[in-house]
Amino acid sequence: MSGPIQGRLFFSFLRIGLLGFGGGPSMIPLVHQEVVKRHGWLEDEEFADILAIANTLPGPIATKMPGYIGYRIGGVAGCANAVLAVILPMIVAMILMLGLFSHYRDVSWIHGMGQGVVPVVMVMMAQLAWDFLHKSRLALGWTVSLGMAAIAGGLIYWLGIHPGWVIGAILVTALLQPAPKAKSAEGAAP
Amino acid sequence: MIHAELFLAFFIPNIIGYGGGPAIIPLIEAEVVGRYGWMSGQEFAEILALGNALPSPIATKMAGYVGYEVAGTGGALVAVFATVVPSLLLMLGTLGLLYRHRDSPRVKRMSQWVRPVIAMMMAWLVASFFMEGVDGAGLAHTLLIAAAAAIALLRFRTHPAFVVLGALLYGAVMLG
Repeated sequence: MSGPIQGRLFFSFLRIGLLGFGGGPSMIPLVHQEVVKRHGWLEDEEFADILAIANTLPGPIATKMPGYIGYRIGGVAGCANAVLAVILPMIVAMILMLGLFSHYRDVSWIHGMGQGVVPVVMVMMAQLAWDFLHKSRLALGWTVSLGMAAIAGGLIYWLGIHPGWVIGAILVTALLQPAPKAKSAEGAAP
Repeated sequence: MIHAELFLAFFIPNIIGYGGGPAIIPLIEAEVVGRYGWMSGQEFAEILALGNALPSPIATKMAGYVGYEVAGTGGALVAVFATVVPSLLLMLGTLGLLYRHRDSPRVKRMSQWVRPVIAMMMAWLVASFFMEGVDGAGLAHTLLIAAAAAIALLRFRTHPAFVVLGALLYGAVMLG
């Protein structure tokens, strides 16, 4: 099974990259389909563990999963191979399409196209904001979620503190505070 | 110097952004539009629109394009590297440790506590896109397109690519 392994890795993750719309998290079922069902590179349980671990870390999920799985199957080369197969084609497509678009920005109907998509992006971002608020409410409740959001908003947008410091402080607090004994992980705002 | 700035602009959001690629978008905006002023809110919205219409992860598409815009192919490489490699190395390097602690309440708490902040930054971005829309297309067009997009996405579950395409056509005909 060691012959065309890099080739199979490449085409699996190429498929995942080209079929996965809506950002990384929505690509997880596709990764599962290829890696567990089609090729049997990982068992179901192992896949779930790796997903859980990837979720305990920051950064895009759709590069950590291919990176780790590629590394497991094909070493460092497999890692690079799988990650590039997922991300590279559409990076090139973005650069070509937006490059062309920017070049003709002065043409009035092209300019109009650019203005037309802003409200769509606004709606998509509102969907994401609602999704994150909803998940946050499920874990922390309304009071803590909105309280933390308001405090962080004040620090970032009113006092002009870089979001990195605010989130960094929250992460350190979350890690260093003694773990609650009860199952409900309700924490006070920092 | 520009490469160091590009690295930081993508390294920081990706090392603090919990919740996958989408969580990183408002953090990237804070760097790219807010801190370094490499592009306008309008350009950032266009990148996001195309990013949402194409498959594959959003964070790497944005990094690749912004890096390329700012500093050519080298810039794209630096921005994508900063997006992918640090969190991947962290995962490969600390796998054993994380495996033991993956159910630890402290580890869970980290991603839970970051979420309200990300949600707030996303809401802020919604407001700034609204202002951008009113400035560019005007209030009536902005509300009309937004309402149509919301109905298409939420009610009819239209594929985002078609919603973006529809807005492009509308913009070309009505706003050109």
